[in-house]
Amino acid sequence: MFASDVLIAQNIGFAIIATIMVIGALRVVTTSNVVHAALWLVVVLAGAAAQYILLAAEFVAITQVLVYIGAVMVLFLFGTMLTRARIGAETDLNNKNWFLGVPVALALFVAMAVALENGFGSQKMPANPAVATTQQISDQIFGPYLLPFWALSFVLLAAVVGAIVLARRD
Amino acid sequence: MLVNQFLILAAVLFCIGVYGVIARKNAVLVLMSIELILNSVNINLLAFSMRNGSLDGHTFALYIIAIAAAEVGVGLAMVLLMYRNRRSIDLDELSEMKG
Amino acid sequence: MFAEATEVALKSGWFLEHAWVIPIIPALSFFLIIFFGKRMPKKGSEFGVASMLGALLFAGGAAYQWIQRVNGAPEGAFVSPVIKTWTWWQNSGISFGIGQHVDGLTVTILLVVAFISSLVQIYSLEYLRGDRRYTHFFASLTLFSAGMLNMVVAENMIQLILGWEIMGLCSFLLIGHWWEEEANSRAALKAFFTTRTGDIGLLTGTAILFFSANAWTTKTLGVSGFSIRGLSAWALSGNPGHAAITMGAVALFIAAIGKSGQFPLHTWLPDAMAGPTPVSSLLHSSTMVVAGVFLVARLYPVFFKGMHILGSSANFIVVIGGITIVIAALLAFVQTDIKKVLAYSTVSQLGYMMMGLGAGAWLPAVFHIFTHAFFKACLFLGAGSISHSSSHHSFEMKKDMGGLRKFMPITFATWIISTLALCGVFPFSGFFSKDEIIDNVGHNGYNVFMIVGLAGAFLTAAYMTRATYLTFFGQPRGASAGEHHEEESHDAHAAHDDHADHGHDAHDSHDAHASHGPHESGWLITVPLIILATLALGSGFLNAAPFGEKWEHFKKWVEPSAEVVSPTGIAYVVGGVGAARVAADTPTDSTVAPADGEAMPLMAAESGAMEHESVCGTSAPAQGVCMAPQIHAAPFKWSKAATSMLIVLSGFLLSLFMCIQLYEKKNKNFVGLTERNKVLGFGYQLLVNKYYLDVLYEKIIVRSIAHPIAGAVYKFNQKILDGVVNGAGTTAKGIAGWVYRNIDQRVVDGAVNGTGSVAQGAGSALRPVQSGKVNQYGALLFGAAAIGALVLVIVNT
Repeated sequence: MFASDVLIAQNIGFAIIATIMVIGALRVVTTSNVVHAALWLVVVLAGAAAQYILLAAEFVAITQVLVYIGAVMVLFLFGTMLTRARIGAETDLNNKNWFLGVPVALALFVAMAVALENGFGSQKMPANPAVATTQQISDQIFGPYLLPFWALSFVLLAAVVGAIVLARRD
Repeated sequence: MLVNQFLILAAVLFCIGVYGVIARKNAVLVLMSIELILNSVNINLLAFSMRNGSLDGHTFALYIIAIAAAEVGVGLAMVLLMYRNRRSIDLDELSEMKG
Repeated sequence: MFAEATEVALKSGWFLEHAWVIPIIPALSFFLIIFFGKRMPKKGSEFGVASMLGALLFAGGAAYQWIQRVNGAPEGAFVSPVIKTWTWWQNSGISFGIGQHVDGLTVTILLVVAFISSLVQIYSLEYLRGDRRYTHFFASLTLFSAGMLNMVVAENMIQLILGWEIMGLCSFLLIGHWWEEEANSRAALKAFFTTRTGDIGLLTGTAILFFSANAWTTKTLGVSGFSIRGLSAWALSGNPGHAAITMGAVALFIAAIGKSGQFPLHTWLPDAMAGPTPVSSLLHSSTMVVAGVFLVARLYPVFFKGMHILGSSANFIVVIGGITIVIAALLAFVQTDIKKVLAYSTVSQLGYMMMGLGAGAWLPAVFHIFTHAFFKACLFLGAGSISHSSSHHSFEMKKDMGGLRKFMPITFATWIISTLALCGVFPFSGFFSKDEIIDNVGHNGYNVFMIVGLAGAFLTAAYMTRATYLTFFGQPRGASAGEHHEEESHDAHAAHDDHADHGHDAHDSHDAHASHGPHESGWLITVPLIILATLALGSGFLNAAPFGEKWEHFKKWVEPSAEVVSPTGIAYVVGGVGAARVAADTPTDSTVAPADGEAMPLMAAESGAMEHESVCGTSAPAQGVCMAPQIHAAPFKWSKAATSMLIVLSGFLLSLFMCIQLYEKKNKNFVGLTERNKVLGFGYQLLVNKYYLDVLYEKIIVRSIAHPIAGAVYKFNQKILDGVVNGAGTTAKGIAGWVYRNIDQRVVDGAVNGTGSVAQGAGSALRPVQSGKVNQYGALLFGAAAIGALVLVIVNT
């Protein structure tokens, strides 16, 4: 049984991480430097990994760190460097219709917030969640969810082949 | 902990990602915004997984991470190709689809 | 109650247990042809032929063992089908299986399909020699066989749909085999779209039946609501709600209408003759088009209850079948293309099968599938043989044929045998099936439709006489008289314009055809013809009702017994030796619940001295389940047969008289009659225009959707686009304007232009939105999602 102070600690932790994530995400979409955007994205992704640990999903958190922060970010940085001559601030990273995004995003948020509030209100997470072990997750993947796993393997294969075909010079 | 705190966080991240997709001109930045959206979905999946006490969400979160990796790979390959052909990765200039 | 339930072990065998292998053989062969075909010495055709012979061997083995199984069972017992299932996917408690459901119907159709496919593939070796897409042709043909065989062995509806759709695809590929000719590709599209229209019914019907039946089948039989045995038992259990089963049956029947070319969706079938003749012979006469009939026969209990077969004086199936028989037979009179005559004849015969099924004549209808396959394939292959060797790839009877009996004795003989079988002349095979259908339709109280059937027999005899006369008698005309057509627009061999890479040993052989005149085809063509003609002559004796019950082998082997069986008796025969349970359901001591309170007066009146009564079909079984409704066969009477023979004979004679007057003597009283007499002229025009159904579909239905949209777009273009209009805009405006002005004109490209202009109109209307900028697309996408979500939120709070 978690003591109530632990729960409070969790809530404080959540609040801090969430704040950092939201700030990071906002910087990703507003900064005028692509490399900075990538680094802010690292912050958001790391925050997400921390949230996963709060959600008792350790394996997913580790995977997040390995795949996202390790691999995907490197890809992004490479992509930035390969496609840009200049690394630094730029003036016109936003397009002319950027203001369209504000009402759309706000409308979406309002819709989701109202729906979530109506739907889940003050529901609480279980106080004493079982941490998912790697073995349980592997039993899931190679048991009932084997078919999507296969499909996913093919998607990855296709992506690898496709990326090579697209990017190589010939 | 409330269920909603995670879900609202995910919703915020999602909307920021949507804003990024709409507002950004640079293709790499659009891809990053898409990553934000995907991550918000993952948070949702894991939150519901915890709420329901099942592991299904974990499985699918992992699948989404894998798909995201594939998506970034292909996406960046396309951006490279675009850059090679037009010396620019501004999406505004890519309007051959104009009807 | 199982008053005297005895359990008997049924025989089984390796071939029966492994019937699921049959569709896999051609499926594998398809991949072999696709991947390695072009490198093989025979361009992949050897894979096709070998796989079909293999499938034929397996099907033959299965049929033999099924007969052993039936013979080993006690008289009148329900012989449980050999069923196997494997689960390939499960989701939230529903498992999707794949497997086999082998009973008499299955082995019959398996055997027919494998047999005709083998012969057609052998025939195609010669017929398509040198074709530019020879390998692809064999690939499609083999894949088609795989699809059909899969549909036939299907254990559940999902598997059946899989096979059904594979067939639809292959039909499209094969009709459009020579797609360089625009007419061919259009015919392929028409066939595809028309059958797809029906397929909506298949999906809907399957869904309706699944959701209605799943709970019952899972509880009682332990199988899902997709499984064929589950649906059959459910339909007869008295459990289904009236509306559910009726809607399911109607939806499924719409699929059957589309696939089997029944009125009013028959229009694609004659156009499908644009494909190579072997394709017409295999797909569009003897196998694929009976898929709809097969569906009805397979799920007969569902249709039996859903359509009130035997329960009311007319039902949807029997009416559609009856209409189809007559309208198609009439259309056959005005065709000059020999393949189109045969196509309409096919439509008409399919009408017989449907009418038989609708009137409770299950066994005769299935038997008609069996016999019809042989003689119709033979007729088509005969037509192909004529065009291949004598009429220079023309199918025009009036222009390019005539007098061929002297030059093509084998083709002529086989043609005559098959024609007699088609007309149902004793003792050819058609007699034993078609006459039985007509007999039983009358016997079951559908007197009007019996008369329709007899009228159809008359018309069949008449139009076949006309076709035979034009083809084989009189003087050779056109190409068969040695004339060389330069333009071959009517030629089904569309790719012949490119003589260099098509045709038989290239161009000079065509000149050889023309100069040497008509001659008999090679042995690769005549041998299949002879085999098919032999079967057209002899296959009827498998169920020769006139000679007494001893001769009714087919009935014994194929017709499922209407016994009440224990649920486990059919549900758990997976992979093992099944059990036949002879259970006399004694109505005296068990209270038999009435089905839906409906009475069956027609049946009750007739079921006098028949075999013992079963509750199946009339009321719900008190215990156990029924797998087939009880149907009483009509007793054979020579007097009835003689009547129908007289009608057929009069058809022959009248038609022969007319033909001689019209084509031989050019009698002035008859030639040009349709131009002089208004009533006849009107009828003739109606037939030539195919009852204006194509016009209805293409001009009225498609146009009524296209017209307002195109008109609105025109105005929109005029007013708003002034600033935006550029080159493409002008073109769009021109086309929209053209469509607008030509609405009332004659339809040339109805369907194509219709969809085109809809797309064009929608495109123009949405043009400002299509900025080409990804971000704006994203804004629209998410904006629309946000608005949708907000609407949902507001509605729900």
